[in-house]
Amino acid sequence: MSVSVEKLSVAYRSRRGDVTAVDNVSFSLADGEIMGLAGESGSGKSTLGNALVYLDARMKTTGGKVAVDGRELPISDNNAMRHRRMTEVSLVPQYAMSALTPTRKIGKLISDLLKSHHVKDKDAVYTELSRRLALIGLKEDVLGKYSFELSGGMRQRVTIIMSTLLNPSLLVADEVTSALDVSTQRAVGEMLVEFRDRGYIKSAITITHDLSILAQIADSIAIMYAGRLAERAPTSVLVDSPLHPYTQALLASLPAVGVRHDQVTLTGIPGRPPSLANPPSGCRFRERCPFAFAKCTETPPFEEIKPGHLVACWKVSQEQAETAATAPGLPLKEQV
Amino acid sequence: MTTLKLDQVSKLYPSTTRGGGLTPALRKVSFELKPGEVISMIGESGSGKTTIGRILLRLTKPTSGTVTFDGRDIASYSGRGLKDYYQQVQGVFPDPFSSYNPVYRADRVFDLVRSSYFPQVSDKEWSAKIEAALDAVALNPGDVLGKYPHQLSGGQQQRLLIARALLLDVKVLIADEVISMLDASTRVDVLNLLVKLKRQGLAILFITHDLSLGNYVSDRTIILRHGAIVEMGATGKIFGNPQHDYTKMLLTAVPELHKKWQHAPFDPDLVSANGATAAMGSPNGKAATALAHASMLDEITHGEQVVKRDLRAVFGGGRAVASGKSQVAVALEPPALHEFEPDHLVAEPE
Repeated sequence: MSVSVEKLSVAYRSRRGDVTAVDNVSFSLADGEIMGLAGESGSGKSTLGNALVYLDARMKTTGGKVAVDGRELPISDNNAMRHRRMTEVSLVPQYAMSALTPTRKIGKLISDLLKSHHVKDKDAVYTELSRRLALIGLKEDVLGKYSFELSGGMRQRVTIIMSTLLNPSLLVADEVTSALDVSTQRAVGEMLVEFRDRGYIKSAITITHDLSILAQIADSIAIMYAGRLAERAPTSVLVDSPLHPYTQALLASLPAVGVRHDQVTLTGIPGRPPSLANPPSGCRFRERCPFAFAKCTETPPFEEIKPGHLVACWKVSQEQAETAATAPGLPLKEQV
Repeated sequence: MTTLKLDQVSKLYPSTTRGGGLTPALRKVSFELKPGEVISMIGESGSGKTTIGRILLRLTKPTSGTVTFDGRDIASYSGRGLKDYYQQVQGVFPDPFSSYNPVYRADRVFDLVRSSYFPQVSDKEWSAKIEAALDAVALNPGDVLGKYPHQLSGGQQQRLLIARALLLDVKVLIADEVISMLDASTRVDVLNLLVKLKRQGLAILFITHDLSLGNYVSDRTIILRHGAIVEMGATGKIFGNPQHDYTKMLLTAVPELHKKWQHAPFDPDLVSANGATAAMGSPNGKAATALAHASMLDEITHGEQVVKRDLRAVFGGGRAVASGKSQVAVALEPPALHEFEPDHLVAEPE
């Protein structure tokens, strides 16, 4: 198991007290697993991803443990983390397209990176670099260019190359495909998979609000809602038979190619996610959930309904218990 | 009939990268937007889709060609006439967060409309009008009025801007990537709102790079590439039976929930910029990897360079200014469109 996150909570300091953006989140990643992390804006998905690599001044952990390759990751200790970044955990930041400074050439940025991480065998890294550039179809002359001379997709790929150059165990890729055209999106998505296949990265967390991209590249998908995990399952299971009402609503709001307004009227999810400054008790999706009932005022456990399929929903747990009682072994499937 | 019509509209921008020259953003684009019609303008970045929106809103002047509204050239409007034009044609832009001045309350956008267009309207009448507009975009006045932009969600901000456009009794709405910044759950609400407005007779130019969203709302679709129309017609026909290789490539790249990307049709040759020669090819056996697809990107950049080089040849070096109109015309020549079936035009391969 390359990554394990246990009961992690991350809060933002604010004048009105701490705002817990990630609340008691636990999950683990197998070697070679790409996990997609999806949710609405403000669900805490970026906070979770960032916390694993870099806690900025506004953020602090309020509990929990993270381990990479069996070694604990001191995420709240910025100095200790400095030595673990790039080699064990690495981040492709949100808006990576504008993450590259326009005042330095790409090659200079890379040599800075090697210097600050005290890489001894630079030649080996440079040989590897040219191999990887060739692999993703970039010519080596990008190293002599400034970031503004590259197209958005090229910049995005250069950023990923830099983030993965020292072969991190865990790559957190935050919205890497969001600002790109469909064809570029595809190339960048496939690049992540290829890097995993070749062992440049051991595992990855891909954060996005676009479930259809995750359906293409992720091995498993975790859905986050208001700071908590709502559902986690292997990709095909989550896409084809989601159990959490929120996941179902989210999938129902995506137009498929070829669907037109006069044939099918898609529906959004009414209401807004609760404020995290003062979150309601119990299930946080309760207010917007069509199936909410009395029990939902208690916080549902994030429990394994089937092997590898975890859901935090009272209704699902209840139905699961009933199905188990009447027809053991029958797969639980439902549609909205 | 309030039809907005583009006739052979071209736009050249001075190139921003080293080497200078002129980049054609639009090459002789012609189409019509009729009342009650939604046209999806689909293209990748650099295809000129936003430039079309800007030209229609008179924020950018076309290098050549004309835009007419009700048969009158919009370039001829000034003063009072221009103000009237803006009362009928309005735009909503991709980023709602930067469309507001954070210093003022968000509903100031309504006040500005009032002071320039409806100074005589009484307070009571005006608030009724605002309420109707907010109602049309499914916003609760209590939730949004008097709030600062940061207190509103992206979806609310974007809908507020659409409501602002509705206050003016617009006939045409230029919706440039209005939902790309929104979450999936609120995105659909804005889309359904556009459908509702269209049923009330509003003409909408829906500019997007998202094919499935474009397909969902539109009656007709225009696929743009390198500033030229490559395919145009009824949405069902284009998505149901795409003819141009570029359209096909775009459709195969769209991520779908229940279907994995297929590798076979994703051949860089298909999108090679000059059609005849597949310049990138697959040397050194690298094409065996899935990432060979990525080379397609460079192919597109290469295509842009070809166009630029042609222009430089025409203008003699990178510094020349467009002077001879006929020469511009040669360099700008878009691929010819032919009718594949009724209401379905396809461009020749370029």
